[in-house]
Amino acid sequence: MPQEYRLILKHADQPGYTPDIDCYLKHGGYGALKKVLALKPRDLGEGKTQSPQEFIREEVKLSGLRGRGGAGFSAGLKWSFVDRKGGKPIYLICNADESEPGTFKDRQIIHKDPHQLVEGMILSCWANDVKLAYIYIRGEMPEGAKLLNKALKEARERKFLGKDILGSGYDLEIHVHRGAGAYICGEETGLIESLEGKRAYPRIKPPYFPAVLGLYMCPTIVNNVETLCHVTHIVNMGGAEYAKLGTPNNTGTRIVSLSGDVKKPGYFEVEVGKATIGELINDPAFGGGLRDGRKLQAIIPGGSSSKVLKAGEKFKLKKKNKDGEMAIVETDLLDLPYDFDSLMGAGTMSGSGAIIVIDDSRDIVDCLANLAEFYAHESCGQCTPCREGSLWMNKALHRMTHGEGRKADADYLLHIAQNIQGRTICAFGEACAWPVLSFVKKFKPEFEARGAADEAKRKGAGTSQKFAAHPDQQT
Amino acid sequence: MSTFAVPSELESEIDELISHYPEKRSASLMLLHAVQEHFGWVSKDAIEWIAAKLELKPINIFELVTFYPMFRQEPAGKYQFKVCRTLSCALGGSDKLFKHLCGKFSLDAHKHGLQTTKDGRFSVEFVECLASCGTAPVMMCNEGFYEGVTNAKADEIVTKCSA
Repeated sequence: MPQEYRLILKHADQPGYTPDIDCYLKHGGYGALKKVLALKPRDLGEGKTQSPQEFIREEVKLSGLRGRGGAGFSAGLKWSFVDRKGGKPIYLICNADESEPGTFKDRQIIHKDPHQLVEGMILSCWANDVKLAYIYIRGEMPEGAKLLNKALKEARERKFLGKDILGSGYDLEIHVHRGAGAYICGEETGLIESLEGKRAYPRIKPPYFPAVLGLYMCPTIVNNVETLCHVTHIVNMGGAEYAKLGTPNNTGTRIVSLSGDVKKPGYFEVEVGKATIGELINDPAFGGGLRDGRKLQAIIPGGSSSKVLKAGEKFKLKKKNKDGEMAIVETDLLDLPYDFDSLMGAGTMSGSGAIIVIDDSRDIVDCLANLAEFYAHESCGQCTPCREGSLWMNKALHRMTHGEGRKADADYLLHIAQNIQGRTICAFGEACAWPVLSFVKKFKPEFEARGAADEAKRKGAGTSQKFAAHPDQQT
Repeated sequence: MSTFAVPSELESEIDELISHYPEKRSASLMLLHAVQEHFGWVSKDAIEWIAAKLELKPINIFELVTFYPMFRQEPAGKYQFKVCRTLSCALGGSDKLFKHLCGKFSLDAHKHGLQTTKDGRFSVEFVECLASCGTAPVMMCNEGFYEGVTNAKADEIVTKCSA
């Protein structure tokens, strides 16, 4: 039976645990910071030395930590891309713009244990020679911004932050920057534009890789809240020890946000890959199963932008068999280990670690229409395929859920979505296309039936079709 | 002559915010928040004032007000309800909650965007994911955050505001 393994949220929900610095210190807080500041350069032999900062960066690489924000990219590798020779200042930004539908993990950390994030940030800044850093928190979390400001003030008062940190000669300042309701700010280059005081239009890569040309065209590291918290634990445990948590290539723990049609929605911290999707949904230690009498219809496995999985789907995954040889193993949706690689193998992603469960009482067309409205609202408008396409998809789904659908709308939706993905500056194009592509492909009979029923109703009522067929559909 | 005036206390708060950034323009969003929190909305005069303060053109600030959904170009009610509309909250009954609040304030549940009661006391608005999907449906009342909001709970919150 898999159980929760609380590393990040170890103290968060304990009775009497408060977000102030005294409580954090009482629980060993800022110990990792003291530890790294005491490190001496290491002699690697042959006249080579390794600075303490390099040592910690190597530890993070060794830990196998993968970003918890959505892409699951190696954090150590991301840090290694930073241009340290150009002589420009290096910035670090904590991405606390948590707004992927389904996700509510960073909120727990910020509200319940803000100093853990602050310490993780200080460590990450120190390891990367950063002197100025920002926490970009979404505008709709005013209380979180206040708690973080208070935590930063407390850290400054105790000399963990500011000039000459704990007498080490290292200076660092961190400020809280508030967003203002735009989902696109979670995209790292959009976030950087927003932090520069502009509309959050994502930048094109290349050349604007944040590690080289980020904030103010300087090398910049953008890491998710949860990712930065893990750095504290990697320093405390050592990278190799940390890497023993979870499964190979999917190390550590991660906080899974579970919502939708389960008995016990909530957040659960587990070792990555040690629990399956089915266990997370059905186990009494986690979601507790679907409501009585309900059956599973679909699962959105990694935030609303991930491709939906249909109940009963089977996937062919490469796995080690009993003899330790790699073999193709047919795996049921519910038996998929909840980790980065297994979900990728199933054609979707674990994204921000957010599972939304949809039971058989729900209208699948309504569900997609809800998400399409979200993406239509949140497209930044910079690239034509996304700006127009997200609105067209929303329009088509709106009419389908308001009695004006057509059978051909299913193909129409696929057609638009296919013309968005891969044709935009940032990944929002995929984020809005993937739900449509996966919902419509996997539930095509439902979508066609919905449109056909509307058509039959209109025919019966003797009214002409309100919507003329799109030119693309007349072939 | 514009009658727009920023009290000295707010201005020193604003100067402090500007000092957080190596480039003044970066403070735009924080200044818009500070001004909106103080005045309740962002007027044309406020936009011009912020632009001047940051040595920018008014358009540089105006284009932010029209891009970021949280900024308002007109006053909202004293109590502003933001109901989350996105999938997990929708599955948890946010539509019912939104209709209930609109009904309570005699507002149109089918209208888009922010609506305010005639007496200027209450505003209601559907917003996108508020990042608390496990306790759906959720809503905000000004800076307060409320989880698992049933109609009865919504009534209580409104009564508390009205008291």
